[in-house]
Amino acid sequence: MARTAVHGRLSWQVATVGAVTEETDSVRTIALDLPDWPGHRAGQHLDVRLTAEDGYSAERSYSIASADGEPVAITVERLDDGEVSPYLTRELRPGDQMEVRGPIGNWFTWGPHDGGPLLLIAGGSGVVPLRAILRHRQRSGSTVPVRLLYSSRSLADVIYREELDQWSAEVRYTLTRSQPSGWGGFSGRVDEAMLARVAWPASQRPLAFICGPTPFVEAVAELLVARHYPASRVKTERFGGA
Amino acid sequence: MTSPVSRGFHRRSRPAGAEAGKLPPGQHVTTDFPVLSAGPTPHTPLQEWTFSIRRGGQTLRTWTWPQFQALPAETVTVDIHCVTRWSKLDTVWRGVPVRALLDQVDHDAQYVLAFSDGGYTTNLPVKDVSGGQAWLAFDYDGQPLAPEHGGPARLLVPHLYFWKSAKWVRGLELLDQDQPGFWENYGYNNYGDPWREQRYTGD
Repeated sequence: MARTAVHGRLSWQVATVGAVTEETDSVRTIALDLPDWPGHRAGQHLDVRLTAEDGYSAERSYSIASADGEPVAITVERLDDGEVSPYLTRELRPGDQMEVRGPIGNWFTWGPHDGGPLLLIAGGSGVVPLRAILRHRQRSGSTVPVRLLYSSRSLADVIYREELDQWSAEVRYTLTRSQPSGWGGFSGRVDEAMLARVAWPASQRPLAFICGPTPFVEAVAELLVARHYPASRVKTERFGGA
Repeated sequence: MTSPVSRGFHRRSRPAGAEAGKLPPGQHVTTDFPVLSAGPTPHTPLQEWTFSIRRGGQTLRTWTWPQFQALPAETVTVDIHCVTRWSKLDTVWRGVPVRALLDQVDHDAQYVLAFSDGGYTTNLPVKDVSGGQAWLAFDYDGQPLAPEHGGPARLLVPHLYFWKSAKWVRGLELLDQDQPGFWENYGYNNYGDPWREQRYTGD
């Protein structure tokens, strides 16, 4: 069930880890069995709290990777100097428990009534909430046209590749650092020429969602504004240092 | 509820003694300066920039950039706390106290709604911006404030979560009744005290 506002306090609850899927060498998807989940909108996130034996606890936010109605899942990229992501991507096993609360954030979200056409642009693990949007669009039977432009360092770094490969008409990759021989997708950073081929014309009133590292989001958002996308139709979510 | 213990999870690095007491609950220290914005970064030329105090559709006072720069500014060193859980300690800003701006209009308002380029708004009680703990900041770390961090000028209200420190701010609307701003309408707390961990609606 989609909600437009969060009412009352979001309580912490104990989640049990279900299936764990290794997406790449440094990224895994973790399914969570939650006793009391009110449903969520595609693009929302949740908070995780881990507690150590000595009582120390740490909290982090993660985008929800699944569509509403599917088992809740997060996809986590390991940051080697991090505290929580190495644990989640290396130590955590099915059956483990941890605290979760959510869903959170009602801005960077999409539902069929929000319309489109949809332009989704992802940098690295920024693809996670956009994948939730793709899945929600499909599950809801929405006919809103969608395109995803996904920038990765290499093919081996592409998250959800098997799934996204099935969306051959809608998904375009660009590989910034290395390309396999015979690579048919884009190469290099997202630029004006790439957007000229992928982005819906502004006259179609597209709705854009950009998620990725800050410099990536800054650059892509500027390119879309230059293509006359109204700023109010360009939703962004940034992560990492500037 | 007893929190389940995560086997094999432990604190990676202990914050230095001086830092420990400066971190609100659920926060961790970053040395980066992450960016959180809802949309594209606006770029308003300084010749077009103004800062206004409004009430009920009337503009009570407006400053151009040179007029604003002529106001007495302070250099402050503060800790900032983002609702996404990073805190950055001992950040150095230069800005004009918001009180100095509000003192130039005659009003009895209880709340302000800060408004920004790009349509962003955030609400604050007047007492939180008039008590010498809020600034209109234009320099960060000795440099003009970069656009992605809210330049040319942003609010700096470090005792509340950092979304209250509106980027690209262009003025304050004086209000008798509190009115939620942008993030406050999208699930985030109306007041946002990091020490009480008021992250989301209802916290």
